[in-house]
Amino acid sequence: MYDRLIRFDLTDVSKLYGSLAESWSVGPDGKTYTFKLRPNIKFQSGNPITAADAVYSLQRAVILNKSPGFILTQFGFNKDNVKDRIKAADAHTLIVVTEKAVAPSFFYYCMTATVASIVDSKEVMKHEKAGDFGNDWLKTNSAGGGPYKLVSWKANEGYTQEANPIWFRGKPSNRRVVVRHVGEPASQQLLLEKGDADYARNLTKDQLDSVRKNSDVKVEFGRKGSILYLGLNQKNPNLGKPEVREALKWLTDYDGIEANIVKSAYVPHQSFLPQGFLGALSDRPYKYDVAKAKELLAKAGLANGFSVTMDTRNNSPIIDIAQALQAQWAKAGVKLEIIPGDGKQTLTKYRARTHDIYIGQWGPDYQDPHTNAETFAMNVDNTENAKSKTLAWRNTWDIPAMTKKTEALVLEQDAKKRADGYLEIQREHQKVSPFVIMFQQIEVTAHRKNVDGFIIGPSFDNNFYYNIKKN
Amino acid sequence: MKKLLSPAFAKDSTRLVLSVALTFVGLLLVTFLIGRVVPIDPLLAAVGDRAPAEVYERVRVELGLDKPLWQQFWIYMVKVVQGDFGRSVLTSNVVLDDILRVFPATLELATLATLLGVSLGVPFGVIAAVNQGRWPDQLARVIGLLGYSVPVFWLGLMGLLLFYAKLGWVAGPGRVSVAFDDYVTPITGVILFDSAVQGEWEAFGDAFRHLILPAGVLGYFSLAYISRMTRSFMIEQLRQEYIVTARVKGLSEARVIWRHALGNVMVPLITVIALSYGNLLEGTVLTETVFAWPGLGLYITNSLLSADMNAVLGGTIMVGIVFIGINLLSDVLYRFVDPRAK
Repeated sequence: MYDRLIRFDLTDVSKLYGSLAESWSVGPDGKTYTFKLRPNIKFQSGNPITAADAVYSLQRAVILNKSPGFILTQFGFNKDNVKDRIKAADAHTLIVVTEKAVAPSFFYYCMTATVASIVDSKEVMKHEKAGDFGNDWLKTNSAGGGPYKLVSWKANEGYTQEANPIWFRGKPSNRRVVVRHVGEPASQQLLLEKGDADYARNLTKDQLDSVRKNSDVKVEFGRKGSILYLGLNQKNPNLGKPEVREALKWLTDYDGIEANIVKSAYVPHQSFLPQGFLGALSDRPYKYDVAKAKELLAKAGLANGFSVTMDTRNNSPIIDIAQALQAQWAKAGVKLEIIPGDGKQTLTKYRARTHDIYIGQWGPDYQDPHTNAETFAMNVDNTENAKSKTLAWRNTWDIPAMTKKTEALVLEQDAKKRADGYLEIQREHQKVSPFVIMFQQIEVTAHRKNVDGFIIGPSFDNNFYYNIKKN
Repeated sequence: MKKLLSPAFAKDSTRLVLSVALTFVGLLLVTFLIGRVVPIDPLLAAVGDRAPAEVYERVRVELGLDKPLWQQFWIYMVKVVQGDFGRSVLTSNVVLDDILRVFPATLELATLATLLGVSLGVPFGVIAAVNQGRWPDQLARVIGLLGYSVPVFWLGLMGLLLFYAKLGWVAGPGRVSVAFDDYVTPITGVILFDSAVQGEWEAFGDAFRHLILPAGVLGYFSLAYISRMTRSFMIEQLRQEYIVTARVKGLSEARVIWRHALGNVMVPLITVIALSYGNLLEGTVLTETVFAWPGLGLYITNSLLSADMNAVLGGTIMVGIVFIGINLLSDVLYRFVDPRAK
């Protein structure tokens, strides 16, 4: 529904392209960014899209500062300085001045995030209530310049969108998109096979196998950005030993778990940057090797293994993976006790770092490698009351040297060097970190054969409907 | 009608309302405390896992979670009395709006299911009682047992598989077809009612085709319960002396059974029906999940799973109100059917 100034190419993340902006550049000081907007483009309301709208939208996101606001505020904007730092030079020129000279690619990728979407300032201001920047009204309405506009929104139930006939890339061929929340995958399968639904997006592994046999249905998949990993709390004296950390990486049967549990939902992946990110490492050094793990455990003085607990959310596939690990680790004498809980329970414990092992998923916040690097490979202050509580902090992993290296990459002006830097950090991370990174999520979608063109991007806001055609 | 206006009734009602109000405060307190002592950080639900410390702290103060517990409860009570349940963090809507949206879906389903359950369950029960030990009784017993013991969830899926996917007699999951989405302007939110009032008969038909299967499944469940209870009430009545007297007087067997005996079991029967209706109105999570039915049960469960305490408390109060309403209704009905009151 909303467009941004720039976007990244879903097939090659290193390529950026202009969406509402036709050109963009950074000044010699490394802090002043200039975006030129396309002339003669309009919002769904018919209002022209101008630099003033871009200014309003970005200032709005900074001042409201909801959870994703940090993606912008990390460049030094706050409600007091944002009026000076984000300005329009003329009707089609936007000037943004960041606090520090960061890597331009970092800033650009952040500008592709949802929070940098451009709203129709005139329309939004009409519906402002008590300085909320129209936030309340926008929950059930849209004021953007993207391919679709919102017709209805019912939380937890579904929504309906209608094509925006004056979208600047041309009216989408598919007039109406109705998205329904159907909680039971078996019901989704029935709706799809009966033809009452064109797409079913939450089928389970067995159901996918079954719909593949239906000649009216096609199955396709896209890579998502989420990573499934184990966090080993370094407060636990056993997990604190480097040999034990490595041993657990050898004790995990990545391929077995994929084949038996998470097929069509995850693929094996062992570094903290998911495939599809700048500088993502695709090496998979670890495989299931009990002998090697035993050797490492013996070196750590734990030849007979040890006992450890894992906080596990009580849903599929997490609990199933935990049970598989329990069996696999037992082969080397590691007795894993599973503590089941619901999502919020396990997360509360994890955030307080009172767990031994946490199993969970991490999704990147924006498309730049820094989003994951920051959380997996930075821990500025390892004390209990630290300001920044990254995943490294949650696992009590004190890494001053790696933190410095990761921080430096944010400032690296050369995109190629930056990517190489991330590769290097990931290789080291893979070896020493208390994270057993196991899988990257994929999304598998089944659809009717006569309907095609849904684009599955790496995150929820890169799934696009505008290409869908129905024959 | 006179009975309704009598002082005795007014006194009874006051007592009822008072006891209900007390129960209500107790209910609020218990739910509130549970919400606060569970090992879940309610702020996590509100700000998400990634929020920086400043945002976290700001929202904590905004939500009043920095105040002492008793003060939080008091603030909550005052707001609830004014009809303000706060905002749901899951949907970021006002909880009352959410509930007013999901409850009609449940109401529609539960009402139709109960109508089905009563209109079939009562005759089944009566016939079984009259033919005690013979084949109609055995048949009713098998039907009842199945309804009791087969999980509604499974029954729903099998129903969909047979009547929707194979035979195509009914529509699939959801309240209406995609084509009828947002077709009828909501007045009450009960689609059958809204579409009938607006003369949108096509939408009415579509909604009905969607409703019939889930209502049938739930109706079957309540039929099982109601018919078993009717049977045992009736057997007890048929042993009474007045039945013999009536027969000796030469009344027709039908009149003896359907009027005299059944008339006398009406009071306990209404209690049973009201209870089963109340249970359905709480929302039936599993059925709602299978049929993608956006009702109260699903709403409360989803909120519970995301530690969305405002929504959970709001939903719980709604359930409380439903039970009070049903209690009052059956109280009124007793006065009409109780022969002693005539």
